[in-house]
Amino acid sequence: MKKGHILGLGIIAIAIVIIMTSIGDASSYEDFDTAKEMMLDGEVKAIHVVGELKKDDTGEVVGLNVREDKVSFTFVLVDNNGTEQEVFYNEPVPADFTRSESVVVIGSYKNEEIFVADKILMKCPSKYQETEVQAAGM
Amino acid sequence: MLDTFLGDLGHLMTIIAFVSSLITAYAYFKTYQANEIEKQSWIKFSRISFAIHGIATVLIAGSLFTIIYNHRFEYFYAYSHSSKALPVHYMISSFWEGQEGAFILWMFWNVILGAFLIRINKVWEAPVMIVFALVQAFLVSMILGVVIGDLKIGSSPFILLRDATQAPIFQVNPDFVPEDGTGLNPLLQNIWMVIHPPTLFLGYASTLVPFAFLMAGLATGKYSEWIRPALPWAIFSAMILGMGIIMGAYWAYVTLNFGGYWNWDPVENAVYVPWLVLVASIHTMITFKKSATALKTSIVLVIMSFVLVLYATFLVRSGVLGDASVHSFTDLGLSGQLLIYMLFFLGVAVFLSIRAWKHIPSSEREASVYSREFWIFIGATTLGLMAFQVILPTSIPAYNALIESFGGISNMAPPADQVEFYTKFQLWFAIALALLTAVGQFFWWQKMDKSKLKNALITPYVISLLFSAAIIVFAKVFDWKYIILVVAGTFTIVANATILAKLLKKSTFKLAGGSLAHIGLGMILIGIMFSSGYSDIISVNMSGLTYSNSWEDEMNKEHVLLWINKPTQMKDYTVVYRGRHKKVVGVPEYVPARILETTPEVNKMIAKADYGEYFKKGEEVDIVLEENDYFQIDYFQNEVLKFSLSPMSQFNEGMGGLISSPDSKIYLNKDLYTYVAAMNDYSDPEWKDDEIYEVAPGEQFHVADFVTYFDGAEVLEEMDDYVMQEGDIAVKAKLRILDYDIEKVLEPTFIIRNNQVGKLPVIDEELGLKVSLENILPEENKFVFKVNQYQKDYVVMKAIVKPYINVLWIGTIIMLIGFSVAIFRRFDEFKKMRDKGLEV
Repeated sequence: MKKGHILGLGIIAIAIVIIMTSIGDASSYEDFDTAKEMMLDGEVKAIHVVGELKKDDTGEVVGLNVREDKVSFTFVLVDNNGTEQEVFYNEPVPADFTRSESVVVIGSYKNEEIFVADKILMKCPSKYQETEVQAAGM
Repeated sequence: MLDTFLGDLGHLMTIIAFVSSLITAYAYFKTYQANEIEKQSWIKFSRISFAIHGIATVLIAGSLFTIIYNHRFEYFYAYSHSSKALPVHYMISSFWEGQEGAFILWMFWNVILGAFLIRINKVWEAPVMIVFALVQAFLVSMILGVVIGDLKIGSSPFILLRDATQAPIFQVNPDFVPEDGTGLNPLLQNIWMVIHPPTLFLGYASTLVPFAFLMAGLATGKYSEWIRPALPWAIFSAMILGMGIIMGAYWAYVTLNFGGYWNWDPVENAVYVPWLVLVASIHTMITFKKSATALKTSIVLVIMSFVLVLYATFLVRSGVLGDASVHSFTDLGLSGQLLIYMLFFLGVAVFLSIRAWKHIPSSEREASVYSREFWIFIGATTLGLMAFQVILPTSIPAYNALIESFGGISNMAPPADQVEFYTKFQLWFAIALALLTAVGQFFWWQKMDKSKLKNALITPYVISLLFSAAIIVFAKVFDWKYIILVVAGTFTIVANATILAKLLKKSTFKLAGGSLAHIGLGMILIGIMFSSGYSDIISVNMSGLTYSNSWEDEMNKEHVLLWINKPTQMKDYTVVYRGRHKKVVGVPEYVPARILETTPEVNKMIAKADYGEYFKKGEEVDIVLEENDYFQIDYFQNEVLKFSLSPMSQFNEGMGGLISSPDSKIYLNKDLYTYVAAMNDYSDPEWKDDEIYEVAPGEQFHVADFVTYFDGAEVLEEMDDYVMQEGDIAVKAKLRILDYDIEKVLEPTFIIRNNQVGKLPVIDEELGLKVSLENILPEENKFVFKVNQYQKDYVVMKAIVKPYINVLWIGTIIMLIGFSVAIFRRFDEFKKMRDKGLEV
């Protein structure tokens, strides 16, 4: 076998390792029910859940509970199936958190009661809508 | 007054630029085909056409900037990206905040590069400029804003606000012009954002040059000659793109509260990947020039780097990333157009390459392990694999979109911990690269065999081991992975420094580019290892609280809560939060916000007290961006004030929300990096129940937890904000409140007019107190105070020590110098050959 071939095989091998780990380490979008099942099955991988903050009739966010030292908090997230879940986030409340349209939590269930988010992504009202409201208000 | 002139001009120029780019492409095609007699007139025509295109492009940019500069808020672009309060240099940022502006910037650079190429190339002009003109046509189409039926081509930056939104006001008054714009994203209000985008886009634009030479070469049968003119541009492009990336990283470090300079965000990855491929292509091109191998690899890499830039643009700007990125880019509906743009050039490149493939010379000879070709090839492969490892998971949202467009469902998401995921591969690749650059440089400059290699490497190897041992011991690097990284990094620095020394002794500085760039690489690796691998959060677990759940107790709380004036011990420092500050024009330091009062006018405030020699009570002062609050935090060591940091946060209503920016103390060997993550909102306080105190003058009592002295009261003859009438009695009480080392004087006033009592309470936002003088009881010689509490001002802060981050910055500068030296050398080579008439 020529050196070139060995080299080629080596490159292919590394590429396959890269592809396999990318698939293996890729997270997934779940809802709270499937996420809880994963936890009960002993899977510890962090997953994504998309949802909205729980709001009362007047549109006020409810269930936001900031710890006394203000460095962490819990909130209630309603996933796309309507399942409510208390989520803990080990960071201060992000600035425009309560204004966000939808929230993506990346994390996993700690126990059956609580979902711990390692990271939160927020989708805020887009600038276009913002503009409409503001122009209308003037 | 609604003025449509600038918009019409801009739009007209867009159309002219579009049409002229197509004409230029056609004319250069004719030039290429024409015989010697006709050639001259065709080339003249082509150049005129390109000049018209260039002028139109400059005028597009000019109209858009004039719209922003003159606050023409009747235009959607100015309204949504700018505001009256912006200083001029940030208006420049407004220009490219929107995607349309970014495309204009890109076009502009292409015009400049095109003009350069016309000037300096003789033979290559026609075929190269065909590629240029076609690229320009695609770029201009992105801002064309033409609607044919259901088909929308491009998004014009020149549309009026009334056409962009359906706000009801325009039905009432179509000529309505808003008073102010919604402002520039505060994150972009940074000097790095003024220079980072143009640099990055020049980098993007310049990847076109080697690609255009390659296409020209393939189409005209000059399968290998394209390398010489393309090489200096490829190095130029890599340098500028690299500089753009570093500026972006530095911007992220100084303005974003991500906690670092690199986050493996899709937007960052999308520029990192083409850069890696570009660097790989430079190496194979240089190899080809020396030994006529690796031509095919070079061709593939040059095509890849150009297409990857377009792919990056597609990923970032098509909205396909959606939830996956913290950078939000609105989808302007250009994704289809961007895709066509990318696929067109990919198609053309693949077609031309396949057609030419069998004519492309390649060496049959197997490269020996002791040849430089072999090592460079391994290096280029490593760079390629690095790029592959990053682009694969970054594209996950694109696969999802692809599967969904065929009706499937995919719930794949990017890796949850991106930093860990990418680092675990990139770390090892980087170590491999460092070792390869060290060894490769020895192969590069002399013929090697086994024994020679051993001799050449032994000294640098021993020296670098000694250096590494010193670094490992002194800086306490005990993680085995990092130890290997230190050794690899030091090895490449020492080996390349050896080469550099030899080169400088023997010949000129001109040849030093490679070794300089590689020394930079070694420093970058070591800098990254220290600043990221050994970054130390010093604000961790400070509250001393125990939580109700055991799992929560085990978690590290990375932020610290600082109440105003209360000293808090944080590792080696005692830190004290000293309240909000503002930046005032003409005052070198930040001014406490408590002595400033807002006015309806933007960026103007009234002073409530004298401030040194800078301003007096009652004067109007100019504020630099009034939304910006600076939270002053004093750092003490052994009770001595060492320094203050003022991390910033901005409340921007138009953009919807709070944004915070870090502040760092920069030492030679480390940075102390801090930012505020949350703060008190005292705009609408919920006052607690009334507390009533009856106190005699001279008495000491407690308000909330504060020791308070009632020094006495005085009858006022006149008042500041109140016109006294005959018979009025006004009494002002003086309360001194102690909060740690701070003494505050609160003076509530009590007025009697015609047996009516008026009370002027004082509110201290920092202490969270509202105090009013409720009554005076002369017979008991007592004063009655009513106190309402809210809460003291506070910030929640994170502080991180990043050791040796300066090694990283110095390394990048050395690498950029290395690139510059190489550009100079390669361009010089090209020029000499051209002037000898050997351009091809």
